[in-house]
Amino acid sequence: MQKHTISLLVDNEPGVLARVSGLFSGRGFNIASLCVAETLDPSISRITLVTRGDDAVAEQITKQLNKLINVIKVTNLTATACVEREMALIKVSAKADFRAEILRMVDIFRCKVVDVSPTHYTIEVTGTAEKLAAILSLLKPMGIKEIARTGAIALPREKKQRSV
Amino acid sequence: MKTMTGAQIIMAVLKEECVDTIFGFPGGVVIDIFDELSRTDIQHILVRHEQGAAHAADGYARAKSTVGVCLVTSGPGATNTVSGLASAYMDSIPVVVMTGQVPTALIGNDAFQEVDIVGITRPCTKHNYLVKRTEDLAGILKEAFHVARSGRPGPVLVDLPKDVTQGKAKYEPLPECRIPSYNPTYEPNMKQLNRAIRLIKESEKPVIFTGGGVILSGAHKELTKFAKKLNAPVTASLMGLGGFPGTHPLWMGMLGMHGTYRANMAIGACDLLIGIGVRFDDRVTGKVSTFAPNAKIIHVDIDPTSIKKNIPVTVPIVGDCRAALKGLNRLLDEEKVKFTKKSRKPWLDRIEKWKSTTPLRYEQKDVIKPQYVIEKLYELTKGKAIITTEVGQNQMWAAQYYHFDSPNRFITSGGLGCMGFGLPAAIGAQVACPSELVVDVAGDGSIQMNIQELATAVQYKLPVKVVILNNRYLGMVRQWQELFYERRYAATDLEHGPDFAKLAEAYGALGLKATKPQEVVPVLERGLKSPGPAMMDFWVAREEGVYPMVPAGASTTEMLLA
Repeated sequence: MQKHTISLLVDNEPGVLARVSGLFSGRGFNIASLCVAETLDPSISRITLVTRGDDAVAEQITKQLNKLINVIKVTNLTATACVEREMALIKVSAKADFRAEILRMVDIFRCKVVDVSPTHYTIEVTGTAEKLAAILSLLKPMGIKEIARTGAIALPREKKQRSV
Repeated sequence: MKTMTGAQIIMAVLKEECVDTIFGFPGGVVIDIFDELSRTDIQHILVRHEQGAAHAADGYARAKSTVGVCLVTSGPGATNTVSGLASAYMDSIPVVVMTGQVPTALIGNDAFQEVDIVGITRPCTKHNYLVKRTEDLAGILKEAFHVARSGRPGPVLVDLPKDVTQGKAKYEPLPECRIPSYNPTYEPNMKQLNRAIRLIKESEKPVIFTGGGVILSGAHKELTKFAKKLNAPVTASLMGLGGFPGTHPLWMGMLGMHGTYRANMAIGACDLLIGIGVRFDDRVTGKVSTFAPNAKIIHVDIDPTSIKKNIPVTVPIVGDCRAALKGLNRLLDEEKVKFTKKSRKPWLDRIEKWKSTTPLRYEQKDVIKPQYVIEKLYELTKGKAIITTEVGQNQMWAAQYYHFDSPNRFITSGGLGCMGFGLPAAIGAQVACPSELVVDVAGDGSIQMNIQELATAVQYKLPVKVVILNNRYLGMVRQWQELFYERRYAATDLEHGPDFAKLAEAYGALGLKATKPQEVVPVLERGLKSPGPAMMDFWVAREEGVYPMVPAGASTTEMLLA
């Protein structure tokens, strides 16, 4: 089943998120991740939603979302060129033997250490889902204590201007 | 600009929206609204249960092609409307339900008679609103009417906290509302219409299949023109009955689980299926993979989500059914496409043969057959009554044996299949059309789900007639048990029903009973001619089944015939 990243502009009102998530649960669609925040216009929020399904399911999801009165715009970003990012905070156990190794990885993946104690590091990492998966698999043997992920956010790329 | 209370603002908007009737039931938090209502010329029909109010508003909306309005209190008043909302939602009926709510300061505190009705009804309304400030009331209420009636219509709920209706705000009539994020497509795409015409030209065995969308958009005249140009046979879903004349030579009868033999066979054999205002619900398609296996499919619907939801489509056309049919008729004229009876003869002959070998049939012997009652009802009313139904066998027999020549005459809970719909819907239809004969075709099971509304009919002198096909069973479930559960009639025996004739009399209505076939016509004649509400109890053959029947999940051409 294919992954679809869907970007929504919605009215920034109470209950709108419930309408969107209720549509998914009520119609048996799946939500892999969901991100919501206000846009520059405080009356409008953007929801970025990752779901899985074949093309027919994705088409039905897009249509159903469009049908909600509070949904202003629906874009399925899957077929378009876009930048997609996710952030994770990873609390990894850092005993003396591993401390240097973890910092090397942080360096290689261009992450940041945002909190330190004698026994742990909290690492901030931003990137695609693949990058997050890669660093997580490398840190796993060290002992990951806790993790918080944002889910994906995405924007389509601007069309490049043609140079003569 | 005048300063008014919330309750007064509600009345002002209702007047702007030309509302002349409200179905309702009062309660603590809506006393202010009812108080204001009593000072207007808007008629209020006091029902006996809020579910009845919602169904009555639905019946009213359908019979009059307008928006039905309903006003109930918070908590249980609101939750009792949920079945009515869900039924209207499935059948795309424009209804505005106003519910009272506890004061805004108490919301979320589990106050007396508080429920989160906006949360509860989110999935069974087209849209819903909680009004938080009196200033917003007029705009929201106006928007509610706009949403309910436009695009694919549907029910809208507006939740009204007590302080909002008691509070004051400035009011002046608002212009027509526009919602930037809500723009239903009415005009179909020309390119798609042209693609459809190409398929129509190539087709030798077309079938037109119509649904509730044709009735909702008032497209019945265009549909008849279209069918005549194509000389194509027409079938309909339960919701589509009356969209095409039921006595027309091109009419094949209903499609689907209890559709006619010829309609179902035609779907199996056709090379082009033109679906108009339908949603290809499972009761129509049966097994999806074998539905119309040889056909290209044109699908017209105003709701894009209906298209390609259940079946693949060759030419999707998003738009209003009437606009689309107008467009198709115009293109057919322009290109001088006309199929004569002669050119269609092989196809129409085949359908005629299916009809003559396997018509709808039953045998009237010594016990009353339910089909016989409906046939006699059809004859005595000359096909001119507004028929509402309950749900189950009674509904299917009404659909099979009463023939509707015009739209908005058959009012049934199609999508939700909500027992208890028929009587309150008949009350709504009778209020909408005082001079029409309105008959609720009921079963002894479903009539008992909202039988209290007889009191409403008596109170307002609404001469609705109830025809009970009484088999002392929950008949449709019993039929499934007979066919698929080795006749184990678990929980379907209603041997201990009331004496409906006496019950009707207790309510102040006329009560009649027929137990022998020769009593059917006299009882119908007496009941239909009586000036007030009447309940006619027909003791019918207990184990009569509805046939043909496509078992759930089977192909439409695999019918049980008896």
